[in-house]
Amino acid sequence: MNTVTNAVMNTDEPVIEVTDLRRVYRGGYEAVRGVSFEVGRGELFALLGTNGAGKTSTVELIEGLAPPAGGRVRVLGHDPYTERSVVRPRIGLMLQEGGFPSELTVSETVRMWAGCTSGARPESEALSLVGLTRRAGVRVKQLSGGEKRRLDLALALLGRPEVLFLDEPTTGLDVEGRQETWELVRELRAAGTTVLLTTHYLEEAEGLADRLAILHAGQIAVSGTPAEVTASQPSRISFELPAGYFPGDLPPLDSLGVTGHEVVGRVLRLRTNELQRAATGLLVWAERAGVELRGLDVRSGSLEEAFLRIARDVSERDARAEQPPRPGGSESGGDGRNGKDGRNPKHSKKEHVA
Amino acid sequence: MSTETAAPAPLAPAGPTVTAAGRMTSLARAELTLIARSRATFFAAVFVPLVLPISFRSTVEDMDLKATGLSVGSVILPSAIGFSLLFAVYSSLVSVYAARREELVLKRLRTGELRDAEILTGAALPSVLIGLVQCLVLTAVCAALMDVGTPEAPLLAVLGLLLGLAMWPALAAVTASFSRSVEGAQVAAMPLLLVSMMASGTVVPFEVMPDRLASVCELLPLSPVITLIRGGWTGNLSGYEALGAVATAVAWIVIAVFAVRKWFRWEPRR
Repeated sequence: MNTVTNAVMNTDEPVIEVTDLRRVYRGGYEAVRGVSFEVGRGELFALLGTNGAGKTSTVELIEGLAPPAGGRVRVLGHDPYTERSVVRPRIGLMLQEGGFPSELTVSETVRMWAGCTSGARPESEALSLVGLTRRAGVRVKQLSGGEKRRLDLALALLGRPEVLFLDEPTTGLDVEGRQETWELVRELRAAGTTVLLTTHYLEEAEGLADRLAILHAGQIAVSGTPAEVTASQPSRISFELPAGYFPGDLPPLDSLGVTGHEVVGRVLRLRTNELQRAATGLLVWAERAGVELRGLDVRSGSLEEAFLRIARDVSERDARAEQPPRPGGSESGGDGRNGKDGRNPKHSKKEHVA
Repeated sequence: MSTETAAPAPLAPAGPTVTAAGRMTSLARAELTLIARSRATFFAAVFVPLVLPISFRSTVEDMDLKATGLSVGSVILPSAIGFSLLFAVYSSLVSVYAARREELVLKRLRTGELRDAEILTGAALPSVLIGLVQCLVLTAVCAALMDVGTPEAPLLAVLGLLLGLAMWPALAAVTASFSRSVEGAQVAAMPLLLVSMMASGTVVPFEVMPDRLASVCELLPLSPVITLIRGGWTGNLSGYEALGAVATAVAWIVIAVFAVRKWFRWEPRR
């Protein structure tokens, strides 16, 4: 018990501490399989992942909405599930899909919630934070999807939480609403609020997060600062092969620092950890050969790249797992010509050695 | 301005801490607003129990009550209170719980400081209040129009009413768990509603039933409530009978609370 008190007093202790977290649903489905991370005070941590990766399942455990099947969660030094009454007054949260009685007005909803929240802000302040002041008298059922999300955010902020959980807060918002929400989240963070955000908008994570983790299949695949995560990703070059040319006509790919390639139709995609060297080599070759590389696209590693690669790993693994023996054995189809169905061709393992 | 207003509380939660009573009052107030705005609920909860007793008055007047020591008033008043519990409390709360669940309101409420029991109790308070007021009005009306006389053992009648007001919200929460929609919830409420109306000593008092049937029917959830209220008026309930009725009512409350803790669904089924 002493450690608990110390954790609260010591501001250097992580605000959220997750160790080897597991969640198993009633049918035996394991949605969270050993997730561990820490979020420090005032930090904004983003959880990314494909649909079904376990983001919401993980966050719900940290919010104390369900007990974990295994592992440990501490929020502000307490177990959020068993010590709910200690933790709840100090956190605010927004579910992916929150519900409010449709026949209450915005104002009545806020008042109701304020009556259930310790140290609640005045109604007018809560509404002005999210720009809903003018909609105070409107019934919830008449709000747009984006306005409902903002009402939800207003309630999450009502108790001036030390820790804020936002599960896809900008889904359904228009561009302006999204920008405003991001601005608000930045201000909250600047004022010292710790934020755990889940999102499937990569630019949201890239722009807001101090650190992030990409979940897939219930485990953390990559984590770090946005810069660290993108730096670990290979850069990409893609272009259309000039008519009459084949991949073998290019300079040896190894000598360009290319670590993997794939052909989709006439488009050649290269991956490299040495973008400048690969691009220079390629362009010099094109100049000398006197050919035009149409559709040339050169880009550094990005969060999107990391995300897609993880998603692809998953779908490839799934495909491999359920692959029936195909007639004709087209699986061994040489240098990537089996991409004719428009999907990413399955590729050699070395491509994934980043 | 927003940087300042967005500032989080210092390490200890600032401002007044809300109490359980405060939280439930706040929720109950919102729930009362919702009942007032839903015409169907309002009609079912307020008018049905007031109109129903009048409709079977003639049936009761045709009964041979001489041997039972009951008067027309002492048959109708407990029944009227029973109907109020069934419609104003039970039936309308089944809808409320199902509707709040399907709208994801219950799920959202559980993310806040409210405890589970507070959510269910707070949401039930307006209906319980309506039921209570209705019972008082019905008593006054029956006293004025049907010559029910003064209750011989008023404490028994009050005890019966209180047990009923505690039991039926819990049964409503159990019933709401067995439905997937608000409409489905009304269907789920039908069996207990009909059985209670027919066999709990309301329209047909236990005194005029065959003994063996009566002893089974006395175990139904509404039965002890009716027995205690009727006994409270007539004063011819033995201590043993009163104790049995209280035990039956308490047993139902315990069973219902247990079932709610175990099976209540807070989120829609996917």
